[in-house]
Amino acid sequence: MRFNIIGAGLAGLSAALTLAQAGEKCNLISYAPSERAQSVMAEGGINAALDTMGEYDTVEEHYEDTMKGGVYLADPNAVWELCSHAPEIVRELDRLGVPFSHNEKGIVERSFGGQKKKRTAYVKSSTGKMLMTAMIDAVRKYEVQGLVTRYPRHQLIDISIKDNMLSGVTIQDRFTSEPTFLHGKTILALGGMAGLFDGMTTGSAHNTSDAQAMLFEKGVEFANLEFVQYHPTTIGISGKRLLISEAARGEGGRLFVRRNGEPWYFMEEKYPELKNLMPRDVVSAEMVNVTARGDCEGQVYLDMTGIEKKVWQTRLSDLRDQCMHYVDIDPVRYPVPVAPGIHYFMGGVYVDEHHRTNIGGLYAAGECACQYHGANRLGGNSLLGAIYGGKVAAESAMNSTELRESNESVKNDVYSGDVPPILAKKISTILYRSLPIIRSEQDMLTAKTELGSLLANPHSIAEHRRIILALAMVESALNRKESRGAHKREDFPERDDEHFRKLSIVQMQDGAIRHTLREIPERRS
Amino acid sequence: MIFHIEILRQKNIASDPYRQRMTVEATDPKMTVATLLKALNADPELKDDSGNRVDEIKWECSCLQKKCGACAMRINGKPRLACDVKLGEFKKGEIVLEPLRKFPVIADLIVDRSVMLDNLKAITLWLEKEANHTKKGEDIAYEASRCLQCGCCLEVCPNYLSGDSFFSAAAFVPAARILSELPKKEQAQIIGNYKSHVYQGCGKSLSCRDICPAQIDIEQMLVNSNAVAVWKRYFK
Repeated sequence: MRFNIIGAGLAGLSAALTLAQAGEKCNLISYAPSERAQSVMAEGGINAALDTMGEYDTVEEHYEDTMKGGVYLADPNAVWELCSHAPEIVRELDRLGVPFSHNEKGIVERSFGGQKKKRTAYVKSSTGKMLMTAMIDAVRKYEVQGLVTRYPRHQLIDISIKDNMLSGVTIQDRFTSEPTFLHGKTILALGGMAGLFDGMTTGSAHNTSDAQAMLFEKGVEFANLEFVQYHPTTIGISGKRLLISEAARGEGGRLFVRRNGEPWYFMEEKYPELKNLMPRDVVSAEMVNVTARGDCEGQVYLDMTGIEKKVWQTRLSDLRDQCMHYVDIDPVRYPVPVAPGIHYFMGGVYVDEHHRTNIGGLYAAGECACQYHGANRLGGNSLLGAIYGGKVAAESAMNSTELRESNESVKNDVYSGDVPPILAKKISTILYRSLPIIRSEQDMLTAKTELGSLLANPHSIAEHRRIILALAMVESALNRKESRGAHKREDFPERDDEHFRKLSIVQMQDGAIRHTLREIPERRS
Repeated sequence: MIFHIEILRQKNIASDPYRQRMTVEATDPKMTVATLLKALNADPELKDDSGNRVDEIKWECSCLQKKCGACAMRINGKPRLACDVKLGEFKKGEIVLEPLRKFPVIADLIVDRSVMLDNLKAITLWLEKEANHTKKGEDIAYEASRCLQCGCCLEVCPNYLSGDSFFSAAAFVPAARILSELPKKEQAQIIGNYKSHVYQGCGKSLSCRDICPAQIDIEQMLVNSNAVAVWKRYFK
């Protein structure tokens, strides 16, 4: 019997590689080939306390920065394992041929947000693409050996669960429309939910959220949906937000706003230690604050003109190309106008530290899973979380006997249709208005009503599911009556550990969205 | 500005292709062909120049910023990424969109490019052993790893024919990474494959170099790989 992996980005490839290296067979199912996955767009780098920069970095500090950056909402045991495995993961990528730069101590690292030490391994500003090429090539060997079978133009359309136990998944060939049922334990590596904010994120158009919406309807638990990361430095371009990597600030880029006509480097003044490299939730909220002030202009700029020529050539070349091509500004010569934009979903499918979902035989890893990042993800931890999570999910799947036998055949009537662009836009507009960086209860209540009235209109199965998922997100935000990380409220500006240092779990039960709070595990000694 | 758009359409693999023309107004010269296609598909009232309703135009896109290669198509006769081309380029307002010609058409602008990935399997493109890092190798590996597998290079290659044994730049660019990182004594297999599927078929027209949307230094990749595989010069 084969394992199924849904998604062939970094988390999916990592799971496939882990299974194949153990001699296990898997089906690697993806909407498009790995080259098209959102992972190739990741820019800045991957975190690991390699201690190659003469700063005496340690795993413990990586752990502390990650927990603090996530405002203590992440599972401490999972984060500890992530951070302690990080150095070996990056060294393994080096062996797979990722062209990291090297110094006499090993792989060169750079500064990144929310971290006091240089801990981010990188390849210029195309780290995701470089990791993906090496991982794709590594998995190819096992494709030829027959251990990995790719379904490279297939979407997940249904999942078979009975008594909280999985038997398999139904996928559909996008070219022929032919459905196939695949019995087997399944690892979800779906990516984020960019489609809930259609055209308003830095992410891939392939990540529609339709698979998540289907899973939610089928009873899969989701967690922390209210935590949506706004990356501080994005620019609106044709059809999306263009990311200006945190690497730009890691290499010396400075944020300023004009106050009474003069540049004010507000992050450097307010946060003298980490300055422009505070965690993303903090920077984005400060940008909202300063642009709202009467003595400031409404536009924040990222000034990269002080970055040395050599750094541009060796570390940021493609960032400059993208700025010039899409924004018509040469960042070497002029400050670039930037604004926070939706970049990452900390929430997603609930998993425990072994990447098990609430359904036996079903696992999740990468951005689709709620793990490691708490209330706010640190830059450089997503590539790490995807690779490590994929590996842990694969190991858990191999070590488990949970799977329901199946005598199912292919069902031809499970295709639920697409969400048409007009409805996608409507849902996105409602969510975007109600879930900004600083949220108001009134806006969220309005959104709930608006989504409710969309549900009252006639709609397809896929449309219904997306509206429900959007509703679950808004309700999760309404229920969390505190401010923490990426979830900031004007009516509850303080953090409330007593009531809300908990996961907000959502699940469909008897056709209704049920919300509960779940305790976060204590750190094992 | 008014744009006249002509799209070579095909309902499915088996049906006959036809051309559909439509006229739309767009004001932002920075709008890309990719966003234009999204906008056309978002308009349920869209009619072509003969007054017929325009069914959803099938095409592929993922990143919208030249990083994934999904949206490769022929734009005014040249293979390009739809997210790379801005409307400001079309001074006369004439846009012709066609699917790539060297791959089977699935529907409208979607083609089946799986042959490229099959070719990479055929030349055993993976590292059999731990990568051997050198300063020069790092630069080559970086450049080679940028390949999008979009297929634009195959479209313009005078030596590449679908199903032929010559695999062209979409194979020899990724091969440059493996050849630069594989320890010398592990190279025999891929060198054999390289010679038969690349070296012997390439006429060095280098039309691939001029079309590559990632602007990979394809000539340098070819020179380096030939040096390793054919002329036995190894990276120091």
